[in-house]
Amino acid sequence: MSDMDMEDDGSGIVKKFMFLNRKAPHGTVYALEGLEVVLITAAFDQDVSLVFTDDGVYQLMKGIDTKGIEVKDFSKTYRALEGYDIEKLYVDRSSMEARGLSEEDLIVDVNVLSDDEMKNLMAEQDVVISF
Amino acid sequence: MLHIVNKSASERSSLESCLKLAAKGSAVLLIEDAVYAATNGNPAAAKIQAATADLKIYALGPDLAARGMAGRVLGGVNVVDYGGFVDLVAEHSNCQSWL
Repeated sequence: MSDMDMEDDGSGIVKKFMFLNRKAPHGTVYALEGLEVVLITAAFDQDVSLVFTDDGVYQLMKGIDTKGIEVKDFSKTYRALEGYDIEKLYVDRSSMEARGLSEEDLIVDVNVLSDDEMKNLMAEQDVVISF
Repeated sequence: MLHIVNKSASERSSLESCLKLAAKGSAVLLIEDAVYAATNGNPAAAKIQAATADLKIYALGPDLAARGMAGRVLGGVNVVDYGGFVDLVAEHSNCQSWL
């Protein structure tokens, strides 16, 4: 086996990565930085799930206009995730409803999960990274 | 006194402490992630609504817009722009930023 083949073996490992987004956008840099890491992980062909819970649900709001605070509007990037084969987006129903929001208020299509469903999804991951 | 709060009420206790300790007639300005508290459906909305009886509550418009919340502001909350922010600071003899 050549060195090249061994490298191929090493890079072929696919793990289940969950990115857990719990913070509102703009007030801290977590949401934007989390999105950057998600895109990097997807470039390595990993199994990526994106979860939005607590104030993280606010990251997906429609109608964001950041001109007045002079920062990048990265909310459009969530719509581009599909192009990077990131299609597993999950929102926690209780967090969404506690904020008076529904799926219609969100900029992308998401899977809305109950607390029990979220619990199971989290338990089956190899790696969970919080932002 | 002008009180300024900048953190989400779902994450920090600063808004709750501010509302508890702000004297009648004071002004409270919500900026950055604190603006969510002044929107319909937020868990802190009832507290803000109740506080409008004794306090003047303001929220910074550009921060609401940047969060997609401009159309969801609670009745009784005054939306101000940056000029309004400066006016509030100038009108009050002192101000307190809740960290």
